[in-house]
Amino acid sequence: MAPPASRRSGHSRRAQYGIFTGYVIAAIGALAGAILLGISLWQPGSFSGLRNTAQDAVSPVGEAGAVARTESQGLFETVAGYFRAGSKNAQLRREVELTRIRLAEAEALKQENARLKELLSLTKGRQGTVAITRFIGSTASSTRRFGYIGAGRKDGVEAGMPVRSGRGIVGRVLEVGRTSSRVLLLTDSESVLPVRLAREDTVAFAEGRGDGLLRIRLINLGVNPLKVGDVFVTSGAGGIFEPGVAVAIVNEVTSDGAVARMISDPAATNYVTVERVWQPVALKAATVPAETPLAADDGGEAASQP
Amino acid sequence: MMDQLNPRARRDRYGSRINREHSPLLAYSLPWATIMLASVLPAFFVASAFPYFPPLGLLFLIGWRLIRPGLLPIWAGFPLGLWDDLFSGQPFGSAILLWSLAMLVFELVEARFPWRGFAQDWASASVVTMLVLLGGAVFSGAQITIELIAGMGPQLLLSVLFFPFVARVVARLDRLRLMRFRTIG
Repeated sequence: MAPPASRRSGHSRRAQYGIFTGYVIAAIGALAGAILLGISLWQPGSFSGLRNTAQDAVSPVGEAGAVARTESQGLFETVAGYFRAGSKNAQLRREVELTRIRLAEAEALKQENARLKELLSLTKGRQGTVAITRFIGSTASSTRRFGYIGAGRKDGVEAGMPVRSGRGIVGRVLEVGRTSSRVLLLTDSESVLPVRLAREDTVAFAEGRGDGLLRIRLINLGVNPLKVGDVFVTSGAGGIFEPGVAVAIVNEVTSDGAVARMISDPAATNYVTVERVWQPVALKAATVPAETPLAADDGGEAASQP
Repeated sequence: MMDQLNPRARRDRYGSRINREHSPLLAYSLPWATIMLASVLPAFFVASAFPYFPPLGLLFLIGWRLIRPGLLPIWAGFPLGLWDDLFSGQPFGSAILLWSLAMLVFELVEARFPWRGFAQDWASASVVTMLVLLGGAVFSGAQITIELIAGMGPQLLLSVLFFPFVARVVARLDRLRLMRFRTIG
């Protein structure tokens, strides 16, 4: 391909200045980008208003995209399901039987738990769903893992609220627009979540690795009790997430913990619920310095919780 | 009645030339519109726990830049990067900086190797895309770990393999861009 003629300005002063000005503007643009980047790395929330407005504007399109995405996922699964249908059917039948038994056991435990809690006059904190909405999509090519949901300030969503799907925790709300919000997914490299082994009281942190997997770091180091296939649930520590919600399943055991997969994979997530922060008082207390006592209304709110 | 010797004599690849003109609006806006669309769309059809999707906006920018040199001004990286930053999830300013630098790099490559072929275009596009992706990872505010870089492997590979497809799409869009419309008078 021949070089473009536009590079050869010849004797025309106008063309020469035009090319020169182009370079100058491009360099200024790059410099402005560097400055903006510096500001947003220093103060991550600085341009959130601009971003949220843009996201609000395009989120209606995203809702249609979410349907297409989850339905195409379902289609692939349906096609794949036809292979080995017979053996799978028998296996599933056995699993369902086992699961029914476990479910009954869990039901019994739940009742017992409720009885014991009543005995101690403990009740759940303020809970409840703020909004049920579509999981619109996630950042496509950025290293950071953010998801977008179709509910915002208008629906009562606030930054910090947990987001979960029917399968488990998806992440928590990071920035709120009017009709859409940005969610920090569990697999983002800045996400840390306190978790607990579902079958016993081993506590750990689940950190995003940035490559789609979670690193489970045990708090008590010693003999690693983890096995492949172990399920981690939220521990409730930190006060954001309600305890006992599925988070990750162990993929590979390492010397100081494990590498786990997220149970609620964003690709297969269509509807999500945004929930209230589990223990807002605990969260507030964490931000107050230790020597200052909590304000009276904080304490009152804690006491008046049914 | 005399038959026309060549029925396509009065046509070029963009349509009949008699009484038909290119639309300036389409000719100048289509590159910008397609790049901006390519920045926004992937977020809706992709939801994944790790980044594997190629940076479509950047690939379209490179595609237009290489197929029609001079059509996008050198400073096009600034406005288009700004738009991409609104949707990409990167810290604001990252694409402005990296896309502006990418445009300058293509300018340098073009000055150094004026006679280009597709192989060279593909090579330069691949190198620039990879550098922008890695630069984006560095500027993303995430801690750079081995897992993070290893997790980007599929994305880097997909981006390289995706470029010929994008170049084809851009070539098709270029025909649409220069389509001739009937003018009166």
